[in-house]
Amino acid sequence: MKRTVPLFITFFVGTLLIVSVFLPPVQSMGENFTLFFDIIAVFAFFLGGGNLVRIHLDKVSRRKKDWGYSLVTLFGFFLVLASGLFKIGNAGGIAASVTASGSWFQTIFERVMNPLSSTMYALLAFYVASASYRAFRAKNREATILLIAAFVILLGRTPFGTMITAWIPDSLSALQVPNMAIWIMSSPNLAGQRAIMIGIGLGVVSMSLRVLLGIERTYLGEDKG
Amino acid sequence: MRPLTSISRSYVCSLCCLLLTLVLIPSSNNIAFAQADIPDTAAPILPAPATSLVASDHKYDDGDHIDLSWVPSIDDQVMKGTVTGYRLYRITDDSTPVKLAEFAAGTNRYQDNAVRLGRAYVYYLETIAPTGTALSVRTAPLRTEREWINFDRKYLFLIAFIIAGSVIYFIETARRGKKLFIRKIAGLEAVDEAIGRATEMGRPILFIPGIQDMDNVQTVAGITILGRVARVVADYDTKINMPVSRSLVMTAARETIKTAYMAAGRPDAYNDDMVRYVTDEQFGYVAAVDGIMVREKPATCFYLGAFFAESLIIAETGNSVGAIQIAGTAMPAQLPFFVAACDFTLIGEELFAASAYLSGEPKQLGSLKGQDIGKGLALLMILIGTLAATLSAAYDIEFMTNLLNTLTSVFQTNR
Repeated sequence: MKRTVPLFITFFVGTLLIVSVFLPPVQSMGENFTLFFDIIAVFAFFLGGGNLVRIHLDKVSRRKKDWGYSLVTLFGFFLVLASGLFKIGNAGGIAASVTASGSWFQTIFERVMNPLSSTMYALLAFYVASASYRAFRAKNREATILLIAAFVILLGRTPFGTMITAWIPDSLSALQVPNMAIWIMSSPNLAGQRAIMIGIGLGVVSMSLRVLLGIERTYLGEDKG
Repeated sequence: MRPLTSISRSYVCSLCCLLLTLVLIPSSNNIAFAQADIPDTAAPILPAPATSLVASDHKYDDGDHIDLSWVPSIDDQVMKGTVTGYRLYRITDDSTPVKLAEFAAGTNRYQDNAVRLGRAYVYYLETIAPTGTALSVRTAPLRTEREWINFDRKYLFLIAFIIAGSVIYFIETARRGKKLFIRKIAGLEAVDEAIGRATEMGRPILFIPGIQDMDNVQTVAGITILGRVARVVADYDTKINMPVSRSLVMTAARETIKTAYMAAGRPDAYNDDMVRYVTDEQFGYVAAVDGIMVREKPATCFYLGAFFAESLIIAETGNSVGAIQIAGTAMPAQLPFFVAACDFTLIGEELFAASAYLSGEPKQLGSLKGQDIGKGLALLMILIGTLAATLSAAYDIEFMTNLLNTLTSVFQTNR
């Protein structure tokens, strides 16, 4: 019974969602089931938040290694939670929008969260460089092709690439670096991407059927069907 | 003729100026007089109304949508700014007109989504301008109809039927004992070895299921792989660490790992803290994962699910701590990053095949075989489409043009 009911629900809802694509009267039901997921996910926030607090409280109380970071986490968590729930700092009081100008919640989001997120995102530039250094090595034939393609595209995106091949006549304009870069992106790269996307679509269908038919049950905590 | 002297030239210029002044005075008087002819109390010029307002029942729906289109006011078309907008009114079953929507100038279509079966609807437009408003002609009463089947998607249904049917067929074939060939996937062959490495080194395994919730099929795929991985982890008595960014994923992952440990006969070794929630915030989650990597130095990292910009940040950090990294995602934009930074990458569909592949179970593998029928169908359609497009463009062959148009309509699924 612990597995049968979830399996039945999975089959019923999944089948209904498929049918809703083809039968207009059922479409609204399909949309409702999608909404139901969002509602369930909201309730699940309590589980996640509770888990976060419990783990970090345990770390602080036991004075485990790096417990100071846990203290910072807990402080931030409760500060933002209180700011949002009680609309602290809002000129309009608790009835006003949580993102009203001047509220603690909005201030924390704009002056702490956004800069921190941007900082993490900025790391990507350096990681791209380090990953490229390792990836673009002529270790074998495929790697050599990758290196050449990357080099052409890199030059094609910069004024230097235009400058070094500007002397090539218009009749051979395809050999100019910017045009070569465009061709690589619009033909081989795009073709490969679309092939991958077709495979992904088929993979989704296959996996969905396994889940729908109860063949794949690992997500329910059961080994196999 | 003798040249004019400076005194003579000055005299001539002055005379000309005087004459010009005398001429202009009567003209100014004429202008003033002409302005006086225009009465100050002229009636304002109203804008031209919008025309050709048409209401039609939206095709293949439950009778809950009406499509409206019209030709904007001629004033709106001729001179920008003369019309400031439009208001749409609806009359339901001969009741009082109700304002339905307002549009900016230049708008010429709208879909009414608040329609109910069995009622008669009449619409009209009010054109708004600084000088006044004008009403359009009303539409004829319209009652919508329910349509049970969306025939625009008949080809989509056929394709889905073929692909799903082939998957089911091969599942049944495998269940009956027929041996099916499945190509090797290097990343999956390395799973046991990677876990074994972590065991030998006495360092934990890190499993990241992406940053999406359980409604994303990639996350489900990641969780299914987690089940296989956790079973091996339990057998090898290795530590596993799984920080997640969604609460529902935490719940599902815990259940999956717990079951795996029970199946391995090690229920006592399971701990809820193997899976912990971090945050929904994308880069907050990235920061936490990076911190865990730096502090705990996992020997093996799995990244299996849906990833966005954080993929390379996580993978490069894993690389910096010397971990073996096995990644898989169906996000085309992130695949290059994983390929560049990880030891093994499951590309696209391989992510969805992973669980079945690792299980080794015939009927699971049968579903993979069914995908090949879909690929064959896709290849065939691509070849036919390419041929039709080429011959149509190069030689203007009517048959090829018609074939190309047919294929285009078959694969248009956005209706």
